[in-house]
Amino acid sequence: MSKRAGNSVGVNASQKGAVRSSHWKPLVLGVVALCVLCVLGLAIGAISIPIADVLRAVSGNGDAGTVAIVRELRGPRVLLAALIGAGLSVSGGALQGTLRNPLAEPFLLGVSGGAAVGAVAAMVFGATHPLAVTLAAFAGAAVATITVSLVARVVAGRTDARMLLMAGVVVGAFANAVIMVALAGAPAAELRGALWWMMGSVSDATWGDVGRLAVAVLVFGGALMWLARELDVLALGEEPAAALGANVDRTSRQIFLLASFLAAATVAAAGLVGFVGLVVPNIARALGARRHRPMLVVSAVYGAALLVFADLVARTARTPQELPLGAITALIGVPFFLAQLRRLH
Amino acid sequence: MNGITFRDVTVRYPSRPIAALDGVSFDALPGHLTAVVGPNGSGKSTLVRALLRRIPLERGNIAVNSATLGNMQAREFARTVAVVPQREEPVLPLPVREFVTLGRHPHRGALSALSAADISAVDQAIHLAGAEDTLARSTDQLSGGEWQRVRIARALAQQTSIIVLDEPTAFLDVAHEMAVFELLDSLARDGRTVLLISHQLNLVARFASHIVLLNEGKVAARGTSDDVMQGAILERVYKWPLVITRDPAVGAPSLLPLRKQRSTRL
Repeated sequence: MSKRAGNSVGVNASQKGAVRSSHWKPLVLGVVALCVLCVLGLAIGAISIPIADVLRAVSGNGDAGTVAIVRELRGPRVLLAALIGAGLSVSGGALQGTLRNPLAEPFLLGVSGGAAVGAVAAMVFGATHPLAVTLAAFAGAAVATITVSLVARVVAGRTDARMLLMAGVVVGAFANAVIMVALAGAPAAELRGALWWMMGSVSDATWGDVGRLAVAVLVFGGALMWLARELDVLALGEEPAAALGANVDRTSRQIFLLASFLAAATVAAAGLVGFVGLVVPNIARALGARRHRPMLVVSAVYGAALLVFADLVARTARTPQELPLGAITALIGVPFFLAQLRRLH
Repeated sequence: MNGITFRDVTVRYPSRPIAALDGVSFDALPGHLTAVVGPNGSGKSTLVRALLRRIPLERGNIAVNSATLGNMQAREFARTVAVVPQREEPVLPLPVREFVTLGRHPHRGALSALSAADISAVDQAIHLAGAEDTLARSTDQLSGGEWQRVRIARALAQQTSIIVLDEPTAFLDVAHEMAVFELLDSLARDGRTVLLISHQLNLVARFASHIVLLNEGKVAARGTSDDVMQGAILERVYKWPLVITRDPAVGAPSLLPLRKQRSTRL
C-alpha cells in the first residue's frame, strides 16, 4: 500500500512531501503477527501439536484429545491473553492522551490496584463467582479513580494531570498495602492462589472468562474509540482543548472512568498485569499511529500479540513450571520504561 | 452586537485575596484589531481563561456575537471564536498537517471523514500563517517561531468570525512578528473581530484601532493609541521611566524605556 493511500487525513496534491501518520502497514503487520502467535499459542505447550493438527482441531476435526487441548484448554487461554493485552493497551493509550503523559497507564494510576482490592475483597468474603469478582473489581476501580481525582482536585485546586499521576501512585501503593493485610491471615493454599493472581495469570482461563472480558473490551474499548477525536484535542492541553470545543472536564472524566473499567475487567479476569498499558501505546505511536483512533486500534492489536507472546514465554520458559504473566510483562516493560524516561529527558 | 463584549468581568483565583480581574469592561468589535496590553500579572491571560470558561466569573458577563458565554455549547463557541492560548507543549506530537486539521474539530462529528471544505480550510490556514515549510515535520520538530505559526494556522482553520491570540509573537523574529501583525490586520480588514494580547506596545500602537491597558486586574486606560500611549499613564502602570516618541514612518506613538540613572559611580 502506498504511503499516500495509507493514511486517512486529507489527500492534497498541493502539499506534497507533507508527513502524515501512516498506520496501515504496522496494523497489517500486527494482525499477521497476532494470528501467527495465536496459532503458536495453540500448538506449543506441555504437549506440542503440529500446526496442521491445530488448524484442524480449531474447527473440531481430528483426534479427540487434540481437539480438547486446543479448544478447551489452550483456546480460552490464548484468547483471554489477547483480550487482556488489547484491553490494557487501549486503556493505557486513552489515559496517556487525556492526562497528556506518555507514561500514564492503569497500573501506575492506581486503577488496577483499586480493581485488585475489589476483587480480593470479593474473594475473601466468599463471593467467588466470576461475575461477582468482576463487579467488585469495577467498584474498586471506580473508588480508586474517584479517590485519585478528588485527591488531585483538592491538592491542586482543579483537575491537574500531573497531580493525578502522583495521586495515582499513592493510591496504588495504598491498594497494595490493603491487599497484603487482607491476605496476611489467609490459609497457605489460598495465599499461593491469591499471590499467583496478583502477579497475573491466564492459566485457569475458561470460555466464560473470555466471554465476559470480550463484552467489556467491546463496550468500554468501543466507547473510547468513539471518543478518540476528543482525545486528540484533550491531548493538546486544557486551554487548547477548550478552544477547540471540547468539554474538557466532563469528557476527561468520562474517558478516565471508561479506561478504568476496561482495566478493571482485565484485572478481574487474570489479575494484575503491569506495563502493557504503558509500553504498547508508545510503540504504536513510534510506528506512526499518532492520532488516537488509529493509535488505539494499532495498540489493541499489538497489545494482544504481546500478551499472547508473554503467555507463551510464561508457560514454556521453564516447563513444567509456569512463570507469572505479570512478571514477564514487567521484564519487558521496565527496560522500555527506562529507555522512554531517557528519551523524554 | 457582534464581536466580544466584556462587562464588569471579575475573576478571583481561590488562593489569592486580590481579584485577578476586577470589573473589566470593553468591546472587541468586528473589523477592528483590539489589543489588550499591560504588565506581567495584570490579568491579560486570565481574560483568555475566562473567555475559554476555564475559570468562573465572580461577577459580570462575557458575550460572543450577542450570545452570553454561559449559554453557549462548547462546540458552538469553537465555531464562533478561535483562540490561540499563550502556552502549549507538544507532549504527544502530531504531523503538522494533522495538528492544523484539529482546527476542524468543532465542525466535525465523531466519525465523519474530512470534507472538501475541511481540506480547503486547512490548506488556506497553512498558507495564511506561512507554515508551508513545516509540513514535512511533526510538531516536536519545530522552532519556537514555527510552532507559533502552526498554532495560528490551527486557529485559522477553525474559520471563525472572531480570533483571539495570547502573545502570538512571543518567539518570533522581526520579520515573522511583522508578518503576524500584517496577517491580523488583514483579518480585521476582512471584517473579523481580532483580539490580541501582546507585550509589543509599539507594534500594537501601529496596528490596533483600540487598545485596552490592564493594570492589577483593572482597566487603567483604553481608547486609541494616542489615548493610551501616554508617558504618565505608562510610567505609572509599568513602574519604569520611559518617554513617548513618534514613529517616524507612520506617526504612531512609540514607547522608549529609559535606562535607570545610577545613583553612585564606581
